[in-house]
Amino acid sequence: MSKLISSVSPHFFTQRTTRFIMLDVIIALLPAAIASVWHFGWRSLLVIGVCVAGCVVSEFLFEKLCHRDNTVGDLSAIVTGLLLAYNLPVSIPLWQAVFGSVVAVIVVKQLFGGIGQNFANPAITARIVMMVAFSGSMTNWVYDGTLKMPDAVSSATPLAAAAKGTVSMMPSYLDLFLGRHAGCLGETCALALLLGGIYLLVRRVITWHTPVCYIATVAVMSLLCGKDALYQVLSGGLLLGAIFMATDYATTPSTKWGKVIFGCGCGLITILIRFWGNLPEGVSFSILIMNIFTPYIAKLTRSKPLTGGVKP
Amino acid sequence: MRLHGIRVAHKKHTADCAPERLAVPQYVTIPMSMHIGKPASIAIHKGEDVKVGQLIGEADGFVSSNIHASVSGEVRQISEILNAHGQKIPCVVIQADGKQTLYDKLTPPVVTDFESFVRAVKESGVVGLGGAGFPSFVKLNVYNLSAVEAVVINAAECEPYITSDTRTMIDKAEYVFKGIEAIRRFMGVKRFIIGIENNKQEAIQRMQTLAAQSEGVEVHVLPALYPQGGEKVLVYHTMGRVIPKGGLPLDVGAVVINVTTLAFIAEYLETGKPLVEKCLTVDGSAVKTPKNVIAPIGMSIRDVIEAAGGLKCEPAKVLYGGPMMGITVPDMDEPVLKNTNALIFMDKKEATPPKTTACIGCGACAAHCPFRLDPRAIARAYRLGDGAALKTLCVDLCMECGCCSYVCPAHRPLVQTNILGKGKLKEYLFSQQAQQKQETKARQRKDIQEKQAKEAKP
Repeated sequence: MSKLISSVSPHFFTQRTTRFIMLDVIIALLPAAIASVWHFGWRSLLVIGVCVAGCVVSEFLFEKLCHRDNTVGDLSAIVTGLLLAYNLPVSIPLWQAVFGSVVAVIVVKQLFGGIGQNFANPAITARIVMMVAFSGSMTNWVYDGTLKMPDAVSSATPLAAAAKGTVSMMPSYLDLFLGRHAGCLGETCALALLLGGIYLLVRRVITWHTPVCYIATVAVMSLLCGKDALYQVLSGGLLLGAIFMATDYATTPSTKWGKVIFGCGCGLITILIRFWGNLPEGVSFSILIMNIFTPYIAKLTRSKPLTGGVKP
Repeated sequence: MRLHGIRVAHKKHTADCAPERLAVPQYVTIPMSMHIGKPASIAIHKGEDVKVGQLIGEADGFVSSNIHASVSGEVRQISEILNAHGQKIPCVVIQADGKQTLYDKLTPPVVTDFESFVRAVKESGVVGLGGAGFPSFVKLNVYNLSAVEAVVINAAECEPYITSDTRTMIDKAEYVFKGIEAIRRFMGVKRFIIGIENNKQEAIQRMQTLAAQSEGVEVHVLPALYPQGGEKVLVYHTMGRVIPKGGLPLDVGAVVINVTTLAFIAEYLETGKPLVEKCLTVDGSAVKTPKNVIAPIGMSIRDVIEAAGGLKCEPAKVLYGGPMMGITVPDMDEPVLKNTNALIFMDKKEATPPKTTACIGCGACAAHCPFRLDPRAIARAYRLGDGAALKTLCVDLCMECGCCSYVCPAHRPLVQTNILGKGKLKEYLFSQQAQQKQETKARQRKDIQEKQAKEAKP
């Protein structure tokens, strides 16, 4: 007779594994990929492919080299690759995209211990590294409104246009909503990002707290500063950041109030950078800075155990 | 506000199966410890003839329980058995003669007041039949009866698969209410709350119909959210009170009793037949036909499953109780115990625990803990051996319901770490106490020395 397994309860487990959650995130990111092909042409698919492949291969090789368990199967490297690609302009040289992938997965994620151990969002940190390293190609925005890409003209992002005050180059709300303007691959189409966000909410991968607090803070602060709130919300990487990057499990607080604080903090820093900083866009930096505060926010907002006071 | 919990698959396949009585097995093995507390002392000898209901183990000590023969026949052996907790327990092996003759001295107990009521409950050998196995007479022997505001009848049955309490409410509904009457009469309690999860419509209807004819009985329909049947959770959701850490339901004016236990007490008061058989759910992925059965206590699991229709395949894991808090059985020769309410046979696929991966920091464990603990922080404190942190994190509040381990997408052993953390916390508190004692002693010694020095001076 075969031996019976002895183990400590529970003997039942949820089917929602890390891989399932990551798969949900990938599904939620797909509309933005479709939108990027629509707006920027087929090269955007090439950039996405290179980033995803770069991240997966980096993770696989690094873990092989360090004799760690292979975690490619949890799909988190694919999510990182997608998010990184969405943060790059379509004209980015492919070797630079590969460089970014290596920074994201190896430097930011694996060197800190792999999935769940990194304190900063890999895609965002890699984007910031690339902005410093390749400032030229990272701000080489092109958009000509057609599907033909190579000979497109350089143009300004809506935020850069707004910062310079060149009203003629500022797109309409509808263009902003549909993503018909210059910018990074995945950040332009608000419609696609919102669809993804709704999917994540329905699937309970994320809660509403962070995105709503983030976006609301930006909107309210814009109004207070006398700027166009809707324009500020729809342009730049705000929606991509608020829905997909400020909700990353490992690098943001997991409690309800922690998420509220995180979202409001991100919103505040974004506004400070956008209106008073040197850069036109501040989403990346705001999330990175709040990532650093995450352990403290988590400690501050930890739930109180239900002890019912002292035993009488 | 509602306490957190998890929505597990109910799997109540057997809710409509009226229990069928199994044929008497050839042998029964009755352990002397099927309850929390001291094992009973054996009250018979090898070779003696016993009848159904005859006392074979006598309660030994304050928290212990009587044990009765479940079959008629001859005592073949008095030996030891290794139970599911890994303890060696004295046991009595009886060869059944198949006649099931009742012990002739079984008469309904004479109950006139609280004292005789508690004595009768003690003599019936009943323990918490919901699974805990705490001797019921100890629980009902309330020191200060006026402190009892309400009796909460636990009929939540929140574990997947198990339907034996559901069957009690359907098949023995009148006994549940006779039990209520007995408690009302002998304990003077006026308020009764029956807490049932909303996935048992038939049982709810039966209880509501009968409650309408009885005074002071409320049926609380609770959401089917595991662990609704946890004592503290149930009292919180029915009475809105938080049982303090380390305290008992009585601290907030409640006595919690399982519905099957209550029905059994009523039955015993009427017939005088002690606890010798148990209704249990036989289910799981390895079982051919899931059903409810009535088995004599001490019948081996192997005999039960054979008599109940057999297995589809070789089981990989067998559980006493449900899959959330059940205990794995080391082998199929283990007997049915008093507090066994289900036997779950899992095939290899269902039994193989998923692979543990790295924590992704999603916070689902903390978000689903009924007591709002933070298993992730507890695991970290345990790893660091930080007793002070374990104390602030209240690891000793954990009731080991397993919600955290269930929801973890990385399948980390969170509740298991909590259990280890409790041990670590105890160690820490002991060492602190010892240190304090030493300090007081040193201070006293110093005081005496100073006194002596002062006296010596002039």
